[in-house]
Amino acid sequence: MDLDDGRPAAAFFFAGLGVLLLLAGSYWGLFVAPAETYMGDVQRIMYVHVPTAWNTMLAFTFAFGCALAFLFLGGWKWDSRMEAAMEVGVVLAVLVCMQGAIWAKPTWGVWWDWDPRLTTTAVLVFAFAGILALRHFVDDPVRRATWSAVATIVAFVDVPIVYYSVRWWNSLHQMQSTPETVSSAFHWPLRINAFAILFLMIAAISLRSRIAALRLRTELAPPPPAPAPQTGTAAAEATR
Amino acid sequence: MSELSAALRKEALLQWRTRAQLAAVFVFGASALLLFSFAIGPDSAALRRHSAGFLWLGLLLASTLTLAESFQSEMEQRALEAQLLMPVRPAALFYGKAISNWAQLSLLGFALVPVMVVLYDAGTDRLGALLGVILLGTAGLSAPGTLYAAMTSQARARQTLLPLLLFPLVVPVLLAATRASSLLITGDPMGQVRSWALLLACFDAIYWSLCGLLFGRVVED
Repeated sequence: MDLDDGRPAAAFFFAGLGVLLLLAGSYWGLFVAPAETYMGDVQRIMYVHVPTAWNTMLAFTFAFGCALAFLFLGGWKWDSRMEAAMEVGVVLAVLVCMQGAIWAKPTWGVWWDWDPRLTTTAVLVFAFAGILALRHFVDDPVRRATWSAVATIVAFVDVPIVYYSVRWWNSLHQMQSTPETVSSAFHWPLRINAFAILFLMIAAISLRSRIAALRLRTELAPPPPAPAPQTGTAAAEATR
Repeated sequence: MSELSAALRKEALLQWRTRAQLAAVFVFGASALLLFSFAIGPDSAALRRHSAGFLWLGLLLASTLTLAESFQSEMEQRALEAQLLMPVRPAALFYGKAISNWAQLSLLGFALVPVMVVLYDAGTDRLGALLGVILLGTAGLSAPGTLYAAMTSQARARQTLLPLLLFPLVVPVLLAATRASSLLITGDPMGQVRSWALLLACFDAIYWSLCGLLFGRVVED
């Protein structure tokens, strides 16, 4: 059986490295990097918000890749990886929305705005949460894997259409922040935290994928052999 | 092509035999339009301004009933499995079902327009264009809706799952159809209706081809 339930040592290594880098990046962002001229200290949330947003898209793209691989290459490891990537992606997307809301209130004056990137992230959360719900309501592992792969492809293709439709409708969000668009005083904590969250995401996907693989192993295991028919003497012994 | 026409004949027969259901869904959609007006209050200007949004929300809610029901009869006595055993491609079954759902949802949309005009005083002198937007919008609902209905009809909690999967996906349809309809009702001085209709057509083209390709995977496993 093509399952991905190897030893989790590499996942713990990535988790440890991710925590260390996150501590370093956050320290740099909070205490070393200067405050932004117009937004002040509020801007410091960018050091976790932007890397989380990048990694959210990476997680969903990986889930999409796993869905394609499951449908066209086959292999149960792709199903467990897809489930893990979707769950981690949903958690990261919720975090992005929460961090964005915390930043938006003092900056824009509102917790939420119908901006293309905000709205697309919210739609992504609901679309992938729906697929996770579908996985919970289908007992047959083959159907569950195939249907969620199909739904993942359909939802992922929807992302650019949602983005551009909302962009035509309304837009307020500033241009994307990248290390090239911000001053060199700001980009180191941004880079360090991007790798920190990437490593944490790899660790979480790897561990969650292992749990999914172990569950699949149980589900796909052949049923225990039926009890042998009892002979007349054995039946009499059993009833005695 | 003969496979598709056979699938369409089967769908037409099925729809004719369950025609009372379309009337029930219309009553559901019309009562939703009535209830939306209570949420706004008796402000006729506000009602007219939001009439297109209410029409599309009513259609979206009613579409989940139509779409879920469309696969219910296929599940009885494992009719879908029997169809898959016949020498017919799954894509023909999908397009037969999707076109049937599109026709039903379009009829429902056309029937809800007079209700909207009466309740919200939301008439338009570009009725043909409004009906065209309804055709494009309901096409966008029916292709992914048919694919998801095929999945959820075989799952537990199907009533919850279908809207849960479909609603986030059709955000561009709801947005573009509402904007285009609203411009047709309240006036379109900048000529934006064509752009929104183009967005709807792009969404339709992508989803009618993608869902047709993927349907085989959904029903064959």
